[in-house]
Amino acid sequence: MPINNEFDVIIVGGGITGAGTARDCAMRGLKVLLIERHDIATGATGRNHGLLHSGARYALKDSESAEECIRENKILRSIASNCIEDTGGLFITLPEDADSGFGLDYQTKFIDACIKAGIDAQAISPEEAREKEPSVNPSLIGAVVVPDGSVDPFRLCAANVTDAAMHGAKILVYTEFLDFIREGDTILGVKVLDTRTGLKAEYRAPVTVNAAGIWGHGVAAKAGIHIGMYPAKGALLVFGHRVNNVVINRCRKSADGDILVPGDSVTVIGTTSTKVPFEECDNMEVTPEEVSLLLREGCALCPSLASTRILRAYAGVRPLVADDSDPSGRSISRGIVCLDHETRDGVKGFVSITGGKLMTYRLMAELATDAVCRKLGENKLCETAETPLPGSVDGRIETVSKRFEGKVSLGQKSAAGRQGDLVGKLRFDSEADRQLVCECENVTLAEIKYAVAELGVTSLMDLRRRTRVGMGTCQGTLCIRKAAKALAAALGDPSLEGKLAADYLDERWKGMRAVGWGDTLREMEFMQRVYKYEKPYSYDEI
Amino acid sequence: MQEKNISANNFEQCQKCSLCETVCPVMANNPEYGGPKRSGPDGERYRLKNGIFYDDSLKYCLNCKRCEVACPSGVRIADLIQQARIDFNRRPPKLRDMMLASTDQMGPVASAFAPIVNFSLGLAPVKGLLDVTIGLDHRRTLPKYSSETFVRWFNKHAAASQDSFRKHVSYYHGCYANYNYPQLAKDFVAVMNAFGYGVHLIERERCCGVAKIANGMIEAATRDAKINMAAFRKSISAGRDIITVSTTCTMTLLEEYPELLKVDNGDVKAHINLVEQFLYKAIASGEVKPVWKEGWKARAAYHCPCHQERLGLGIFTTELLKMIPGMELIELESNCCGIAGTYGFKKENFKVSQMIGRPLFDEIAAVAPEFVACECETCKWQIEMSTGVAVKNPVSILADALDLQKTSELNSL
Repeated sequence: MPINNEFDVIIVGGGITGAGTARDCAMRGLKVLLIERHDIATGATGRNHGLLHSGARYALKDSESAEECIRENKILRSIASNCIEDTGGLFITLPEDADSGFGLDYQTKFIDACIKAGIDAQAISPEEAREKEPSVNPSLIGAVVVPDGSVDPFRLCAANVTDAAMHGAKILVYTEFLDFIREGDTILGVKVLDTRTGLKAEYRAPVTVNAAGIWGHGVAAKAGIHIGMYPAKGALLVFGHRVNNVVINRCRKSADGDILVPGDSVTVIGTTSTKVPFEECDNMEVTPEEVSLLLREGCALCPSLASTRILRAYAGVRPLVADDSDPSGRSISRGIVCLDHETRDGVKGFVSITGGKLMTYRLMAELATDAVCRKLGENKLCETAETPLPGSVDGRIETVSKRFEGKVSLGQKSAAGRQGDLVGKLRFDSEADRQLVCECENVTLAEIKYAVAELGVTSLMDLRRRTRVGMGTCQGTLCIRKAAKALAAALGDPSLEGKLAADYLDERWKGMRAVGWGDTLREMEFMQRVYKYEKPYSYDEI
Repeated sequence: MQEKNISANNFEQCQKCSLCETVCPVMANNPEYGGPKRSGPDGERYRLKNGIFYDDSLKYCLNCKRCEVACPSGVRIADLIQQARIDFNRRPPKLRDMMLASTDQMGPVASAFAPIVNFSLGLAPVKGLLDVTIGLDHRRTLPKYSSETFVRWFNKHAAASQDSFRKHVSYYHGCYANYNYPQLAKDFVAVMNAFGYGVHLIERERCCGVAKIANGMIEAATRDAKINMAAFRKSISAGRDIITVSTTCTMTLLEEYPELLKVDNGDVKAHINLVEQFLYKAIASGEVKPVWKEGWKARAAYHCPCHQERLGLGIFTTELLKMIPGMELIELESNCCGIAGTYGFKKENFKVSQMIGRPLFDEIAAVAPEFVACECETCKWQIEMSTGVAVKNPVSILADALDLQKTSELNSL
């Protein structure tokens, strides 16, 4: 078994927290290894709203979280311009909210709390709200404008990983943490399994960071440490197009299905909150009850959702640190928990970073990196709040798409939106490179080739996270063979084509099944016909 | 489950089956054009996200609506494209496009000076100049203008006698019959009178607006649409249904008014009849009786215009023509002729326009009919120019095949 000792820090988990920590550590000059058992952003990072919180949601009950949010909100706007969209947000009050104690008095308290937390919150009239966001429930009685936005978590995570790698970090995806290498009370490194080759390996570093989200519970357990985590499942629905262009929240105590976020070419409603056993965290299914609940609440925010096509449903698990006294999980602070296990548990060389949320990943990474540096005796300062991420040096579609020569095609504009200022790396050398592979999301062959060559893609799911291939209306029905062929060729094994496509469609099917009616059911039928076609009868039989 | 099973957003009903792409005549001939699926429902999702995703290539859509006919999901693909052009194309229309589109502003001027206009427009140097200056393709044969418009003729020679009939209809003649080819309108009056219908004009008839919509002059088109609708309502309340002859005008009045111009026509729709549909029903039900000329014979090929395909009324034309004893009617394959109104006149579209029409021209050459029967005026220009075979409107064919005198006597009883 190979043993590698060249690292200062090993980070377990390729979600946004691990990616951010890898970037921060690498920028501070540490030799970093990041291990992730699947692809990056496959856990909670890729399974949420993609809401760029203003913090307003937490203003009344958790001012600390609210302040963290608005600070990080401002930072992300400047360092991750390619990953965020400044949609603005509304907190609306509906007539029925007034009946349940969340009327305009509550709105006043809400605005005061926001302003106290440093969040620019302004009440506007129902008419102004309808003008600002025409899809909003027209019966609203009040609205507050807040600096919410949307963030693409895949893109944000990938940008952090890319930057970490550019600063020398080694990134190992599809590499599963098996156990620690331990000597007495000191963690010396990790034993891992390459899930694709089946080969085991060991890596050593003076510090290991547990950034495995909800799975961090299990990682810590391998060190004999208990972190009381609370797996709270959150289900979401993806609608077929941008229904709203401004985030719509409900101005009341947090409840199920009260946030509607426009992200990229779709709109997402979420979320629910259900306690689930740890065993279920790897395989989330959205239940019919969750779908009904999200639809009911979603329609209260935006009535047209009742007649908008739903592409799919998905669910993630929030890595909350449990408070045993509250069974619902709602009143838990989404605060950051950074544990130095030497002081907490007497285990040296081991740090856990958990709790928190997508919005505060950078701050979490900073805290974790500070802890790592303390252990290593380093005292370099954190620069992640000032340094733009790759792709976001100038991330606006309008400016980035000007980088192409001549007339800019739809595929190029879309790629500019996704890859930001890195889009210059796409090579449009031939007519084939210009061709769209995925027509719903305008993904060209050039973008696929770029993602495969530079962004560490080995499956179509990986490719989807980096390019949106197959994420549109047809959910891959029309494009996935083309994408599979391109990917198989790039991977050097054309025979993989069928398997790559089948794996992808299985995963899409799962999300579609939960909302399998109407247009989506027709799409599923069509997908079946295209991929599982069997001649139903022969003329002789009739 | 949702309140409504099928999305209320028409573009979301697209299953991405791509059938529309197989019938799009432009996609097959112009690689610059993304095709109906991408320009329509696919593009719509991205345009809703950000207007920057409006693609200039949408201008290549000739609005033949074959995609809509093919779509198994009922997506109004061509309307999505037209609507996007209306919403996002911020470039003001060119002088040429305004001239082509303003059929009822250009018409009176051109008619007044018809001999000079027709002579000039036939001259190679003039055509060369128009090509270079405003981009009107010099290879195109330009439509002739008539020195006496139909309306003038009607008021002088026919209007007075119309009240004497028992039954009455209003006639929406359209710009073509008025300015370019009054004979068609005269034939219409003759046929309708023979069947016992008095023909009346629509008050202040305006151009249907199809060319204005295609060329981005939406405000003018909407203004005209409202005037037309008011006139239609007046006519209907006087007990006169509207009869149309042009398939494109008809499609515009029926479909584009509510969809693109947001001019409601719900109360009027059922009273607008394409002449072939009206006459077929009247003859088939025994309401009117035709007397055909002895020994009339013809061998004709029927070309169904794209907008007739969209309306789905072509069957009335073929069945009506087949009623004529001595008519041998060959139905041509369903193909676009390529001109699509003002589209084929534009220099940048000429080549694609002719390539699109090629299968139709070849088939006509192979069939070698005496003439082509077709309801559409712009198809007529294109087919006559490209094949040399004459194109006759079914109304003119009827006017020729009917014994008008005897028909008139039989139906006035």
